Amino acid sequence: MARFAVRRLLQAVLVLLVLAAVLYAVFYLAPGDAARLACGPKCSTATVAQIREQMGLNDPVYVQFWHFLQGILAGHDYSTGAGTLHCAAPCLGQSYRTGDLVSHIIAERLPATASLALGAMVLWLAIGIGTGLLSALRRGTIVERLLTGFTLVGVATPVFITGILLLLLFCSWLQWLPYPTYVPLTDDPQQWAWNLLLPWLALALVEAAKYARLTRSSMLETLAEDHIRTFRAYGVREGAIVRRHALRGALTPVIALSALDLGTMFGGALLTETLFGIPGLGQQLVQSVQLKDLPVVVGIVLVMGLAVVVANAVADVVYAVADRRVVLT
Amino acid sequence: MTLVEVSDLRVEFPTGGAAVPAVDGLGFTLDEGEALGLVGESGSGKSATAYALLGLHRGTGARVSGTVRVAGTDVLAASDEELRRLRGRVAAMVFQDPLSSLDPYYAVGDQIAEVHRVHHRVSRAAARARAVEVLRRVGIPDAARRARSRPHEFSGGMRQRALIAMALACEPRVLIADEPTTALDVTVQAQILDLLHELRSEEGLALLLVTHDLGVAAGNVDRLLVMRNGSAVEHGPVAEVLRAPEHAYTRALVTAVPQVDAAPDRVSAQPAAGPGPSGRGEVLLEAVGLRREFGRGRNTVVAVQDATFTVRAGETVGVVGESGSGKTTLGRMLVRLLDPTAGEIRYRGRDISSLGDRALRPLRRELQMVFQDPVSSLNPRRSIGESIADPLRAAGELTDKAVVTKVKDLLERVGLEPDWYHRYPHEFSGGQRQRVGIARALAPDPKLVVCDEPVSALDVTTQAQVVSLLGELQRDLGLSLVFVAHDLAVVRQVSDRVAVMRDGRIVETGTVDEVYESPQDPYTKGLLAAVPVLDQAESAARREARRAPDETPAPAPRVG
Repeated sequence: MARFAVRRLLQAVLVLLVLAAVLYAVFYLAPGDAARLACGPKCSTATVAQIREQMGLNDPVYVQFWHFLQGILAGHDYSTGAGTLHCAAPCLGQSYRTGDLVSHIIAERLPATASLALGAMVLWLAIGIGTGLLSALRRGTIVERLLTGFTLVGVATPVFITGILLLLLFCSWLQWLPYPTYVPLTDDPQQWAWNLLLPWLALALVEAAKYARLTRSSMLETLAEDHIRTFRAYGVREGAIVRRHALRGALTPVIALSALDLGTMFGGALLTETLFGIPGLGQQLVQSVQLKDLPVVVGIVLVMGLAVVVANAVADVVYAVADRRVVLT
Repeated sequence: MTLVEVSDLRVEFPTGGAAVPAVDGLGFTLDEGEALGLVGESGSGKSATAYALLGLHRGTGARVSGTVRVAGTDVLAASDEELRRLRGRVAAMVFQDPLSSLDPYYAVGDQIAEVHRVHHRVSRAAARARAVEVLRRVGIPDAARRARSRPHEFSGGMRQRALIAMALACEPRVLIADEPTTALDVTVQAQILDLLHELRSEEGLALLLVTHDLGVAAGNVDRLLVMRNGSAVEHGPVAEVLRAPEHAYTRALVTAVPQVDAAPDRVSAQPAAGPGPSGRGEVLLEAVGLRREFGRGRNTVVAVQDATFTVRAGETVGVVGESGSGKTTLGRMLVRLLDPTAGEIRYRGRDISSLGDRALRPLRRELQMVFQDPVSSLNPRRSIGESIADPLRAAGELTDKAVVTKVKDLLERVGLEPDWYHRYPHEFSGGQRQRVGIARALAPDPKLVVCDEPVSALDVTTQAQVVSLLGELQRDLGLSLVFVAHDLAVVRQVSDRVAVMRDGRIVETGTVDEVYESPQDPYTKGLLAAVPVLDQAESAARREARRAPDETPAPAPRVG
């Protein structure tokens, strides 16, 4: 277990390092002038040059990258007009555009994204596993056919279509829900949930369809296994067979996949965020890419990377806990 | 009292087109304490019959008709609840593959306890205690501790014992054993069969033994029912059926069973061109001190060590051993499919063990291999003709037309129709696919062919045909064969000389007659003693001999 942890930690560091390096390289090669963009169109050439010097953009790209790494390990002091701004140890830098610390930007945006992702996951697991199990256990009935049709539609429909339809249905026609505006959990939990309900649903419906199909096939596969036959042949009730002997094997891949999906979603479910006006990481990322705001982009991508790496490790642990034959290395 | 009564049983599995009956008008009875053997080749409907006794076809879409009565319950008409009470409590089933038949997630003892509690209203603790008790009963050492192990921590034989223990936990009156020893090594098979025999005589259980192996049935049942295509071809006391089979199919089946205790009419012989049967051909291939390791560091496993033996031109060398003995690894090294870790392979006097790919290429054609599983060793997406043509095309010497002609000749040579060139593997039976595999090995005109368990996936009659084909080809083409197999009887049939392997070492070599008639190594003796035989008196004598471990050395130290 300790070996597993150390190995995964090293792996995470390596992945993040490579990610950051690639981003620096891409930004260096891509056209556009970050200093000009930061300053705005009305800046004089001299001001732009001054800003460029101040931002360290005149240094070679590897020096810039080195400064970035230094910032993460030792922190950084930025000079502002009035004085110095200290950025504590895991310092991801300062936005070219606004001068805000990247860590602040992320801290501000992450709760919205996390709220969206976690809530949606709970929903998609509930809906997905529920329909999947139902259609596996009612195999060959009209129920199964209906559910299969429903999931097929779900898989095939892009999230913005589902989202718009949900908005139209619940906000315009039925007027059961307000048009969502993001309310932080810490401000008002009830409003938080109420406003996030539609985004969760939009995201979860698409994902749930995927999970329903996976659950169904995984369950059918497990039910066809020899050891299930053994317990049937000894008169164990079908319900007990499913609960005790089939569920665990059937759901392991489902849980593992959802860990991965959750990781990806931490990078922001851009379409959903945009559609419902949720101030999450996805929105910020797109904005910053357009503005060539390298430090912010790198920061958000690192958060995404970290989430994926952690989710991967969690998925492996889930596998190992569910199936003792799996050895973590 | 009659426990099981089956009459006019029909089982049909719906397929795309017309439903084909798997069981077609079968009838038999089984009395209390009696043992009936249901024998037949694959597809004969024996397993489908066994499943019908417990109503296991229910809910699978299979159509079952006729009458099945087990201890008074009409299985086909019974309610689900009645059926549940019957399953395990009256008739318990022991399945074929003991690894997949147990839940990998739970401790063996817990699974047995769960099944016990289905039929007995007792506490969890009492059920656990019962599980330990039955595990001890079937000979699991340290049963209290092992009850907490998961199935993958058990060896194959122990898993099979655990499955039998599960059956015992329900205190049934009939034991239905579906190929209970097919997945096991011969020594472990003997232990399991002895256990079943003991349980039968001590607990008074009735036994329905489903098996493809006449030898297994012979020593363990009172009556024999020979099945073919879903119906009974012969039914009677086991001694009579085996001694004087009335039906032609039974006769064919009995004669096809390779006998380990009798020198067979040899189908293979020295090539006409070579020296006479008494003399030896020149040495073709020589393995000297071969060693092969897998894994690295602490996880190193030595699969083969110190293997030294020779193959002469035109002879067949049998390599026998149980699973994990390293026989396949050795076979693969001989044709350089695996690189030896140490040692030499001398082919025509030249060490080829460290030749590079390029230098080896011309030799590849002379050293060929026939694989065990004819299903997975042929590409399902290519026609068999193309598969056979591959080595010829790779050699690049023949024109396309010549290749096709040669492949068609080869197909005919191995007993298939030349016109089948464009057919695909799934259109063939197991025996036919193995013939394709043999044709492919023969295509580049090899000098030596290593056959790795070439007949172990085949039915006994098909097995006999493939074995005789190999002998014939060898005689006509002057091939040398290395015949790797776990089945001692088959190896005796085909081989001139034998090497017995155990734990990666060759423990004994010699001519077939030497090794089989007067084995020197205790392991060989144990192996030979464990082989099931058709003769009943002999079978009983062997069982006695196995019970007295002082007289016959134990074949393997591990507990099966």
